[in-house]
Amino acid sequence: MLHTFAVYVDNKPGVLNRVSSLFRRRAFNIESLTVGHTETPGVSRMTVVVDTDEYGARRLEAHLYKLVPCRRVDNITAAASIARDLALIKVAATGEARTHVMQLVDVYRARIVDVSPESLVIETTGTEDKIDSLLEVLRPYGVVEMVRTGRVAMARGASSARRSVAPPSRPAPVAAESGGDVSHGSV
Amino acid sequence: MKRTGAQILWESLVREGVTDVFGYPGGAILPAYDAMLGYPIRHVLVRHEQGATHMADGYARASGKVGVAIATSGPGATNMVTGIATAMMDSSPIVCITGQVGSKLIGSDAFQETDITGITLPITKHNYLVTSAEDVAPAVLEAFAVARSGRPGPVLVDITKDAQQASCEVDWDAARPNLSEALDEALPGDGDARDAIALINAAERPLILAGHGVMLSGAEREIVALAERGQIPIAVTLLGIGGVAAAHPLNLGMMGMHGEAWVNHAIQEADLLIALGMRFDDRVTGNLTTYAREARKIHVDIDRAELNKNVRVDVAIAKDLRSAVDEWLPHVVAPGTRAAWLARIDSLKGDSAVRDIQNLPDDGHLYAAHVINDLWRLTHGEALVVTDVGQHQMWEAQYYKHNRSRSLITSGGLGTMGFALPAAIGAKIACPESEVWVVVGDGGFQMTMAELATVVQEKLDINVAIINNGYLGMVRQWQEFFYDKRYAATPISGPNFAKLAEAFGIAAATVTRRADVNDAVEAARRLKRAALIDFQVEQEDSVYPMVPAGADLHKMIRRPSPIVETAAD
Ligand SMILES: Cc1ncc(C[n+]2csc(CCOP(=O)(O)OP(=O)(O)O)c2C)c(N)n1
Ligand SMILES: [Mg+2]
Repeated sequence: MLHTFAVYVDNKPGVLNRVSSLFRRRAFNIESLTVGHTETPGVSRMTVVVDTDEYGARRLEAHLYKLVPCRRVDNITAAASIARDLALIKVAATGEARTHVMQLVDVYRARIVDVSPESLVIETTGTEDKIDSLLEVLRPYGVVEMVRTGRVAMARGASSARRSVAPPSRPAPVAAESGGDVSHGSV
Repeated sequence: MKRTGAQILWESLVREGVTDVFGYPGGAILPAYDAMLGYPIRHVLVRHEQGATHMADGYARASGKVGVAIATSGPGATNMVTGIATAMMDSSPIVCITGQVGSKLIGSDAFQETDITGITLPITKHNYLVTSAEDVAPAVLEAFAVARSGRPGPVLVDITKDAQQASCEVDWDAARPNLSEALDEALPGDGDARDAIALINAAERPLILAGHGVMLSGAEREIVALAERGQIPIAVTLLGIGGVAAAHPLNLGMMGMHGEAWVNHAIQEADLLIALGMRFDDRVTGNLTTYAREARKIHVDIDRAELNKNVRVDVAIAKDLRSAVDEWLPHVVAPGTRAAWLARIDSLKGDSAVRDIQNLPDDGHLYAAHVINDLWRLTHGEALVVTDVGQHQMWEAQYYKHNRSRSLITSGGLGTMGFALPAAIGAKIACPESEVWVVVGDGGFQMTMAELATVVQEKLDINVAIINNGYLGMVRQWQEFFYDKRYAATPISGPNFAKLAEAFGIAAATVTRRADVNDAVEAARRLKRAALIDFQVEQEDSVYPMVPAGADLHKMIRRPSPIVETAAD
């Protein structure tokens, strides 16, 4: 089954590589992974979705904690949480088709963010299901390009404040560089 | 006062209590070497950087302290890889320092540049690339903290040449490591001590499985107390040997692929396994679907990721072993049923003694098992033995009865041939008062024998016993059992080992008959410098019992009995 982890890591070069390398090394398959800044300076948050069983999820959590730059791991699979994915979809639509596409965009509460004579770019945010379904209905009109962020997730209510993540107290030594700056990375 | 990054490196090591390092110089680490002369540290010049890492590892395993290896960039660093992986698999705390090309050159394929932090990422607990003098102290101090904390292991610190040369002030207080507490925080779902105690006291046929963690956590006494209080027998893993005295009546001996037959049978018949600081490696479980099916299981390991990995357990406790067992002790009782269980195990010994090669009549051949048994007797079981990997390693585990913790050092998890000689050098430097014996095959010895020069240069009193069977014996055994005796690439020649030793300035003897074992061993023991004995043993002997890889633990290949008929002609 799919497990969703919120992983808090020090924002240092190479950290993304350490995390993704752990998944590869332990033969876990990443369904999606997103990274971004958090409310705490110096700390990044990853949302990682992995297909594994309950024991695998526990072991993965334990392995993540063994990474020195990893500060906290929450398995938010079972927690009531909000999960969102963002997609940009370019559809080749002219003439009458264009009107149909614009109606669909309305129905799905998506937005048109770019218009050219040959195509439209649609932006949509929502659950993966909703985006999949929008994609399905747009396909007949000709989807020429698409990009998705992958899932970001957050537990509802106050539960994510279970443990707070303090900012790094001193500029720690530069961790091994091979994965680029985590705050901009995404696998 | 300003210091160079190189000076800060040595001062950091001294502050960590380091007195000995094992290394090999080169361009990118030269500033560090130059600064070394100003610090009270013994540097052991190795003959290959793999040797440096095994020495640091042997040093750590013998003493419990962190071992340190140092090398230059590029080939110096890559030569360390095998030793780092060995230390990782066996949870041995070492810190490896490597030089790196100047920070401006990183990524340019400069001379002797390799991405050693990238290469060692999956085989270290953590690693650092240090590109400024300011970062040297925090990185090195944190490296030691990481290496020894939790489940110990190797850490690598890669320091660019310009970071070694630049100068800065150091604030030692600010440099102190500040590891995230999250590392040790309990997660929900942790097993409860009360559940463990209830299972232990209710069991009729409990068995303790003791591993390397017993030594790493210093729980030797607690384990014995648990066994005695509950009248619970103990089986040990290869790396658990010595953690519980072999002579203790409740210690059954080694489990697993080449474990004693009755130990494996006891595991299969037990109704409770209490796994302490071991990790259910495939070499000890055999076929997992038939493994200990009758038993409930308690597993204590400081590494939570080991719990429920290979074997699903009833109570999983992620905790330092010593404190976990300590918590149970006052509540453990011995129900009346235990005597019957101990008697049952005794009866499982069956014909094992008759099959034991020790109890077969002398047929004039020199058997490795006899050599090891004699070595045990002549050293009063008190030597610190460092073994390599292969048949001789298993015979040592079977026939040298270790009563002392940390008195057997061997590469278990990675099974690294070439480990023994360099690891013994590290062990001897850590424990100069110990009588150190290397037990090594003719194959593995030829992988790292250049370190004999290190033994001589450092004037070390190390004894080397080569168990010379003219084969890569363990592989030959697999070919004999499972590949129709097709001995592809396993017959191995070697030099005249005695003459080789003499060329290094090491006293040597060659032994071909059992009658000569005594004198050769005694002569080596009397000599207060290095000695080497080439024991030319029976070439096609095999290690028994054997659980074929992946087979059921109780289905062992036993020694054909009696051996005399097959071997004498
Ligand atoms: C570096 C390395 N290469 C290959 C192996 C595979 N291997 C395991 S045991 C063995 C044979 C060892 O031969 P020897 O050192 O003569 O010891 P023996 O088994 O004969 O006692 C080999 C090749 C290994 N463990 N390590
Ligand atoms: Mg051999």
